[in-house]
Amino acid sequence: MSSTDPDHHFVAQDDYDENADIQMLDRADLDAPTWLLIWRRFLRHKLGVASGIYLLVIYLALPFIDFLTPYHYTTRDIEHIYAPPQPVRFVHENYVGLHTYPTEEFFDLETFQVKSKVDWTTPVPIPILSNCGKSYHLLGLFETNFRLICPPEGYTLYLLGTDRLGRDVHSRIMHGAQLSLTVGLIGVTVSFAIGLFLGGAAGYFGGWIDSMVMRAIEIIRSMPELPIWLALSAAIPANWGPVAVFFVISIILGLLDWPGLARAVRSKFLSLREEDYVKAAELMGARPRRIITAHMMPNFMSHLVASATLSIPAMILGETALSFLGLGLRPPAVSWGLMLNDALDLTVVEIYPWLLMPLVPVIMVVLAFSFLGDGLRDALDPYS
Amino acid sequence: MTVSPLLTVKDLSVAFGPERAPIPVVENVSFSVRRGETLALVGESGSGKTLTGKSLLGILPKGARITSGSAVLDDNLGRVDLLSIPLKELRKIRGGRVSMIFQEPMSSLSSLHTIGNQVMEAVLLHNECSGGDAKNRCLETFQNVGFPDPERAFRAYPFELSGGLRQRAMIAMAMVCKPRLMIADEPTTALDVTTQATVLELIKQLQRDNGMSVIMVTHDLGVVANMADNVVVLRKGKVVESGPARPVLMTPGHGYTRKLINAAPEIPENLDARSEPSEDFILHATNLSKTYPGKPVGLGKMSDPVKAVQDVRIELRRGETLAVVGESGSGKSTVAKLMLQAERPDPGASVMFTGQDGKEIDVAALSGSELIKFRRKVQIVFQDPFASLSPRMNVCDILTEPLRVHNIGTGREQRDRAADLMERVGLSADHLQRFPHAFSGGQRQRISIARALALGPELIVCDEPTSALDVSVQAQVLELFKELRDDFNLSYLFISHDLAVVADLADRVAVMWRGRVVEEGPVKALFNNPVHPYTKALMAASPEPDMEKPLDLAAVALGAGEPQSWVEPFGYQGDDAPGLIEVEAGHFVRRAA
Repeated sequence: MSSTDPDHHFVAQDDYDENADIQMLDRADLDAPTWLLIWRRFLRHKLGVASGIYLLVIYLALPFIDFLTPYHYTTRDIEHIYAPPQPVRFVHENYVGLHTYPTEEFFDLETFQVKSKVDWTTPVPIPILSNCGKSYHLLGLFETNFRLICPPEGYTLYLLGTDRLGRDVHSRIMHGAQLSLTVGLIGVTVSFAIGLFLGGAAGYFGGWIDSMVMRAIEIIRSMPELPIWLALSAAIPANWGPVAVFFVISIILGLLDWPGLARAVRSKFLSLREEDYVKAAELMGARPRRIITAHMMPNFMSHLVASATLSIPAMILGETALSFLGLGLRPPAVSWGLMLNDALDLTVVEIYPWLLMPLVPVIMVVLAFSFLGDGLRDALDPYS
Repeated sequence: MTVSPLLTVKDLSVAFGPERAPIPVVENVSFSVRRGETLALVGESGSGKTLTGKSLLGILPKGARITSGSAVLDDNLGRVDLLSIPLKELRKIRGGRVSMIFQEPMSSLSSLHTIGNQVMEAVLLHNECSGGDAKNRCLETFQNVGFPDPERAFRAYPFELSGGLRQRAMIAMAMVCKPRLMIADEPTTALDVTTQATVLELIKQLQRDNGMSVIMVTHDLGVVANMADNVVVLRKGKVVESGPARPVLMTPGHGYTRKLINAAPEIPENLDARSEPSEDFILHATNLSKTYPGKPVGLGKMSDPVKAVQDVRIELRRGETLAVVGESGSGKSTVAKLMLQAERPDPGASVMFTGQDGKEIDVAALSGSELIKFRRKVQIVFQDPFASLSPRMNVCDILTEPLRVHNIGTGREQRDRAADLMERVGLSADHLQRFPHAFSGGQRQRISIARALALGPELIVCDEPTSALDVSVQAQVLELFKELRDDFNLSYLFISHDLAVVADLADRVAVMWRGRVVEEGPVKALFNNPVHPYTKALMAASPEPDMEKPLDLAAVALGAGEPQSWVEPFGYQGDDAPGLIEVEAGHFVRRAA
C-alpha cells in the first residue's frame, strides 16, 4: 500500500528481481500464428460467426438441392396456378404429425382472379424421406427420386405457393440459389484475379504502370453500371445454352467489379512497401518477386479476403438486377432474379404477393455476407 | 500558501476485460499532490502511468474501468471526488479546474480550426464572457506561453506551427482557464531535446506564476529530476516507490528505481579516448548531398527543393562506431539511407566501401547482382521493433530469410544458424517457432539484430535502434551492440537523436543540424571539449536523473535557435554556411576561419 502523505518515502516490499529472465514472453496471450489470432478474434464477433455458419450451411446444401425440395423446378401443375402458400400444421385434433390440407384453386368469374379454398377438415400427412416426383441425378451419379419431403399422394405441397405456370415457388427458390449464389463466387474470383494482378502491379512498380491502371479504374468507375451490364449482356448470342450464359454473366459482373479490389490491393501494397520489414527484405538483397510473394502477400491476403467477402453481395444483387430486367440468365435456368422477373407487373404483385418471396433469400444472403465481411475485417488486426 | 493536498488519490485500481475476470492494470495506487507542487508519475511502458492520469479525468480508453479508489480534489471551489461524480459534473471540471496536455501535439489539435478558435472554445465553455473578453484572455495566455506574436498565433492553423509551438498551443489551451491542476501526459516526449528543455521550463514558470499543481506523467527520470517535487514510481500497475524527489532519486530504496536511474543514459563528465586513429576505412564518403525536388504548389510552380543532406563527409574506420546525432530534420536518417544505397546521392558524391577482402567498391555506382552482393556486407537495424518484423513469419523464418535470399546452406544448416543467432543475441533457441507479436520490444529488437547478423555483415547501420525501447531495455541492447562489435569485428554507423545514448558506444561522433555536420570528432574530444554552440545546447538540454545537475537553459538558448543567433564565429545568414575547420587532431567544427 503506497501512502498519500507526500513527505513519506515509501518503498514497496516485493520480490522484484533485477535480473529477471529476458526470455520471458511479454505477450503470452499472443503466442500463436497470426491466422489463429485472427480466427480467435473473429469468433468474438457473434453476428459474423452466425452469418458464416449460415452461409456455410446453404453453400454445402447446394449440391443436394434436388433431394431437399419437394418438386423439380420445371414441374408444372396446371390445376394449381397462382396457388397461395399452403398451410402446414403439426396438430389436428387427435392427429399429431406434419400435415397439410387439401387446397383447390378456382377462377373467380366476377373478379377474374384465381382464388383458393382450403379444406380444413381432412389433414393429409406429409411423407418424409420417400420417393416422389421427377427423378434426378444425386451429385450427378445416381438416378433417384428419393426426397426429404414429398407432396402427399394425390395432393399438393406448395409451401410458398405457385407461380403463373403452376410451378412450386419454394422449390424454385431453392434451385435458384444454385445459380444466384455461385454467380457471386465466380464473379469475385474473376475480379479478384484481375484486381490482384493490376492492383499489385500498380502498387509495386508505380510510375506509368500505376497511372495507367488508375486511369483505367477511373474510367470504368465513371461508366454508369446498369447500361454497361445491359449492353454486355445483350451481346451474348441468343442461341447459347443457359450454362454458357450463366458463366458469361458472372464474368461480366467480375469484369466490372475489379476496380474496387484493385484499389484495395494497390493501397495495401503502397502502405506495405513503407513497412520496415519490407524495407529490411529489400536491404538484405531480396528480389521483387520474393519480396512480393514471401513478405507482402501473406500480410495482405487476409485484408483481401475480407474485401472480397464484402464485394460478393454486390455480385448477387447485380445478377438479381440483370435477370429481373430480363437481360441476365434465361429460362429454363432458374435464379432469384429470374423469378422476380415474374413480379414485374404491379397488379400481379398486388394479387399474388408470394411471387416476391425470392426477395427474402436475397436479403438474407446479402446481409450474411456483409456481417461475415465485417467480422473478418474487425479481426484483421488481432495484436491488441 | 497552505500545504494541504490539492488532490488526494487513494487506492486507485483500474482493470480491463470482463466483469468476472478483470485484468488489473493499475492496482491500489495512492498519492497526493500539494498546491503549487509537481508530482511525477514515472514508469516504463505498461506501468499504468498514463491510465492513472487519464482515470482522473474519466477519459479511460474503451474497455478499461475503475474498480476501486477515490480521487478527492480540494480547491477553493470545494471538495469533489473525481472518480464518483456524474459525467455532467466532471465535464465542468475538465479543462476548467483540471486540465490535461497530451503527448502528440499534432493529433491533439484539430487541423481544421485555428489555434485561437480552439483555445477560445475552452474559455467560452467554462466562463460566461463575451467573445472579445475571451479573445483578450487567449492573447494574454499566448503571450505567457511564449508565442513571439500572439495575434499571428491566434489566426494560425496547427500545421503552420512547429512541434514546439504546437505544444505551446496545447499548453495555452490547458492554461487558459487557470486550472488548479494540470495533468501533463508525456508532454515533451515527441519533441526534440532542445525544444523539450524550453517547454519544461515554460511549464515550471507558469506553475510559479499561477500556483497551480502539475501531475507529470513521464518515462524519463531526467525530466523528473528537473521538474518534480514528489515522485511515484510505477511498475506493472503498482507503486514500487514514492516520496519526495530528492530521497527517491538520490537514495532510491527499490531495486527497480535503482535500475531505472542506472540505465538512464548520461552525458559523461570525462571520457577516455577509445581507439587509435587508423587509416583502414570501411566506409569513406565525401561530398555527400541529397536534394529532394520541390513539390508542385499549383499553377505550374514548384516549391523550393529540400536539401536534406549537404556536403557531408563520412569516415568510418573498420571495427569502429561512428555516431551521427541530430534532431528531427537534421538529415541523419537520409545519411543512413545513402550509405545503404536505399537512396542515390546527388551527382558528385563518392561513397567508397572497402570490404575485408581489401577490394574497394564504389557504392553509388552499384546495380544488379553487384548490389545484391554488397547487401550481404551491409545490414540495417531499424528503429521500431514492432514494424520491422513481419507478423506472418515465425522467428525461424525471419532469421533464415536472409540465407534463403542468398541461397546459403541447406534447410538444416539454415535452421542451425538461426538457433545460433538466437543464442548469440541472448534469446533461447526454443523461441524459434514463435511469432514476433508474442515478444516484448526489447526481445524483438534482439531478433532484428540477429537477422542483421545472419549474413555475417561487416557494417551495420543502426537507425535509432533503441529510441523506441524502455530505458532499462535500451541499456541492455546497447550493451549487446558493444559485445557483438567486439566479437565479430563489426563497424557501426549509429544514428541517434540523443547524444547521451551514443557516449558509451561511439568512437567518433558527428553532430548534424539541418543537413550539415556542425561538429565532428573523436568521442573524447567532442564530449570533453564541445566547441559548437549547437553541440553545447544538445548536451545542456539532455535531462539527467540527478538533482544536482539541472538543465542549463542558458546554454540551450545559445545554441538551439537559428544560425544567425549563434555567436561569432559560428553564426551565419541564410544558406551561407562556413566550412569545417579542424580545431584539434580529428576534431572538426563548422565555423568561420
